[in-house]
Amino acid sequence: MSKFRKKKKGIPAVNTAALPDIVFMLLFFFMVTTTMRETNLVIENPRLPTATEIKKLEDKSLVSTIYVGKSKDPNRDGVGYNKIQLNDKISTADQVPAFIFSKRDKLAEALHPFMTTSIKADKESNVGTIIDIRLKLRDVNALKINYSSTAGVKN
Amino acid sequence: MARRENPEINAGSMADIAFLLLIFFLVTTTMNVDSGVSKKLSEKPPADYVPPVIKEKNIFEVNINRNNELLVEGDRMEIKDIKEAALKFIDNGGGIGKPGEDGTPGSPCDYCQGERSDSSSDHPNKAIISVQSDRGTEYGVYIQVQNELLRAYSELRNRLSKQRYGISFDELEESYKDAQKSADTKRLAEELKKKVEDIKIAYPQIISDAEPTS
Repeated sequence: MSKFRKKKKGIPAVNTAALPDIVFMLLFFFMVTTTMRETNLVIENPRLPTATEIKKLEDKSLVSTIYVGKSKDPNRDGVGYNKIQLNDKISTADQVPAFIFSKRDKLAEALHPFMTTSIKADKESNVGTIIDIRLKLRDVNALKINYSSTAGVKN
Repeated sequence: MARRENPEINAGSMADIAFLLLIFFLVTTTMNVDSGVSKKLSEKPPADYVPPVIKEKNIFEVNINRNNELLVEGDRMEIKDIKEAALKFIDNGGGIGKPGEDGTPGSPCDYCQGERSDSSSDHPNKAIISVQSDRGTEYGVYIQVQNELLRAYSELRNRLSKQRYGISFDELEESYKDAQKSADTKRLAEELKKKVEDIKIAYPQIISDAEPTS
């Protein structure tokens, strides 16, 4: 009889003592490989054009991003794919110099020539808007530009 | 008093805390590396600036109209054909190049493999590609055209680099970047830098944006 009783003990619980270690490992991995999201998009996530001759932007602290695309709230900002977003709000091309200056203030002067402006514009936005931004950037000597695009397949 | 055994701290909820942190970081951070077509703008010309006179044959004109149609050197063209046309134009080498900054006279392009026709560009360093687009042109098409033009340049650079140094220009730039990272390979980096500059001077990317039509 006693032989049978032993079987009733059931399976011992799985040792979960190492679980926090595993999760912490994952946590540190994500903390190291990712960067903080710095802006909320007021425009819809732009559908970037595709290109093959692309370069990676190395240093994120030297990059200021200008978004162009369709507003999420057409009642407030109007329709069309040519809304410019600087920081967290819809702006016009005239505000681009002020935006660049505010970005420059945060960095040492020696680094200013290495600053890049990344333009994340929707495929369907118009070249006219981009040209307006570009002229303003040239006025304040922010000459390095990166037209953000997704990597295409080389053929 | 009898010494009590130290009770073990209950670590059962440790995993929950860690998971909470993990999820917080997953939500608030991004992983994507930004990449795109890089360009350097020309500096703002002074008010009394007189643009130099450039021979018609040294300009490769690309027009994009508001219906996203292309006009290249006066002919309609599809986007896929523009690379070949640009390549032919840049690599023509029909005359002598720009004189050097130290006053040395320009020399003919001895590495070009083009047709050497009189009606196309003189030298890669004189060949200018001018892109004129309408204000209403779609941005996606504009980037596609820029990309095709850059492809023409990189094909030429790769070819010349293979000829001179045995590896393609992409690989050359890659190894230069790698060598730059560590102090031990400083000598190598210097050497590679010279090679990279050499190729870049041989085929400079001269793509200018003309005033848009509206």
